[in-house]
Amino acid sequence: MSENKIRVLMGKPGLDGHDHGAKVVVRAMMEAGFEVIYTGLRKTPRQIAEAASESNVDVIGLSSMAGSHIPFCQKLKPLLKEYDLEDKLWIIGGNVPTKDHEQLKGMGLDAIFPTGSHFDDIIDYIKSRYRQLA
Amino acid sequence: MSEDKIINESGIEVKALYTQEDVDSSGGVEMVGLPGQYPFTRGIHKEMYRKRPWTMRQYTGFANAKDTNERFHYLIENGQTGLNVAFDLPTQTGLDTDDSMAEGEVGRVGMAVDTLRDFEIAFDGIDLEKITVSLTINGSAAILIAMYLAMAEKRGYDVAKLRGTAQNDILKEFIGRGTWIFPVEPSIKLVGDTIEYCAKNAPKYSPVSVCGYHIRESGATPEQEMAYAFCIAKAYADDMLKRGLHIDEFAGRLSYNFNIFGNLFEQVAKFRAGRGLWAKIIKEEYGAKDPKSMWLRMIAAGGGGGLTIEQPENNIVRGAYYALISALSGAQTMALCCYDEAYTIPSEYAQRISLRTMQMLIEEMGMCETVDPLAGSYYVETMTNNMRKKMEETMAEVEAEGGIVKMVEEGTIQSKVSAQAYEMQKDIQSGAFPKVGVNCYQTDEEENEVEFHPYDTRDADQQVENLNAVKAARDQAEVDRTLAQVKADAEADRNVMPAIVEAVKAYATVGEITKKLVEVYGTYQEPIRF
Repeated sequence: MSENKIRVLMGKPGLDGHDHGAKVVVRAMMEAGFEVIYTGLRKTPRQIAEAASESNVDVIGLSSMAGSHIPFCQKLKPLLKEYDLEDKLWIIGGNVPTKDHEQLKGMGLDAIFPTGSHFDDIIDYIKSRYRQLA
Repeated sequence: MSEDKIINESGIEVKALYTQEDVDSSGGVEMVGLPGQYPFTRGIHKEMYRKRPWTMRQYTGFANAKDTNERFHYLIENGQTGLNVAFDLPTQTGLDTDDSMAEGEVGRVGMAVDTLRDFEIAFDGIDLEKITVSLTINGSAAILIAMYLAMAEKRGYDVAKLRGTAQNDILKEFIGRGTWIFPVEPSIKLVGDTIEYCAKNAPKYSPVSVCGYHIRESGATPEQEMAYAFCIAKAYADDMLKRGLHIDEFAGRLSYNFNIFGNLFEQVAKFRAGRGLWAKIIKEEYGAKDPKSMWLRMIAAGGGGGLTIEQPENNIVRGAYYALISALSGAQTMALCCYDEAYTIPSEYAQRISLRTMQMLIEEMGMCETVDPLAGSYYVETMTNNMRKKMEETMAEVEAEGGIVKMVEEGTIQSKVSAQAYEMQKDIQSGAFPKVGVNCYQTDEEENEVEFHPYDTRDADQQVENLNAVKAARDQAEVDRTLAQVKADAEADRNVMPAIVEAVKAYATVGEITKKLVEVYGTYQEPIRF
């Protein structure tokens, strides 16, 4: 019995050039059997929404290290609606301090994985939510 | 336990005991010599810190030029001896404050710069002869170096005597850090333009600081950090030779930026080995005659990659060990990531602790009294020999794969270090690679929250207003003329620095100049490969 692969878009929003974290998480997801599309650096909110839509992904992941996660997510939110992506899992990881979590959850982020999160926790979360959605 | 082999990060076995026999069998003391003499393994100067301690240069910059200038003065009043300027991401990627891509990023991770006016404010009241300034800028470095020289000249300094440093190492930006703008080839050409321009006009200025630091942060081992940095420096040097310069006309102004975290002895051996190897490369491969060309001058800085989000105060202690390593390694300049830096832009308080950490080594610990105090240790000398051999092997591997430029263009080096970073992260998560407070000695107690640097969106609005005011006051015809010259020189493949200097003097913006260069050079397309 073959199971469809979980498809993930890993996006690097804005001008932040720190891609170490994004790349190691992409590798962990690939090893877990996910199909991962990595956008590369410096993507606008629209580019990320477009890429997610075109690639027909189940999960939209963002990796943010330089502090602009809130203004970026504010701009991405209406685009998720415009591109009919509101039912996708929307997660963020990186340098996202606890004080911002409530605001991000309020915007519709499903989960936040700050620096130091374990690969297993990220992957288990996606798998369990994917099963619920499927 | 004692029967298990211990292998350091660079892949070298560490024995329980070292004797003279190990020194002899690893290559002896042929490459050791004396400080201030070829091959400089023991230090580039005869007296090292006895004559002058290392320069202390904390990475600093936020919001705008005015706020950053205030922090500069605070640090100088507290005994800092140099400045290391952090720029915001729009400035680093060649965008003006009012660019739509800059929204939400202005002044966030460094100070915003649009025009020469920002430089005039940022360095106001700072004696540029006493305090040397390092600009952490890469993609847009040609423009910001031009601004620095223009600002100094306007203040009456003789540019021919002006000291200072720009990071300006674009090849490593493609591997880690990511503030590239143009494709690889024109990017190297721009670095070459700055080296050539400074060699002729500002010969005391160090236009490039080749960075192993960020390659290490991206997943390289300590020996790869050095080897890849040397390959990159050679790529810039080769470009200079093609332009007809002799190695001794520019090599003395090349400097390095390296990272410190991990095993203390491996780190010290890394720097000693690197100094000898670089001197040998410059002398034997490039035929340098001037000993200064052979010097590996470096900032060796406590790396962010070693610090932890967990139990942040532990980072103060880590910083102290890193500073000790840097001093034992003969660094010219030192900087420490602050204990709160895994979270936020460092507070004044955190910056002061880092500064005091370095000052304690100078004033209390006797670190400046004797040169290269670990020399002669069987362990350190053996490890120095072994590290140098490893670096040479890694450099040969890069050559065999077509050279560093080709590997960067194809993304193979990025893929290699990122694969290593993944393995390391797995080892940290499994506990195979111990990290105190992260995978051992964790605590259930509530962590002390660090104080977050405030980000005020009104600063960005103010910066746009300032930019508009500068634009309204400048001579637009002169701006247009100088910008056209930048483009014409880029098209004709001439050195663009003279035209960029004229453009910044006319208060052309970072974004305007970058756009002219993009029209000719295009933009970088990142190779995505895993």
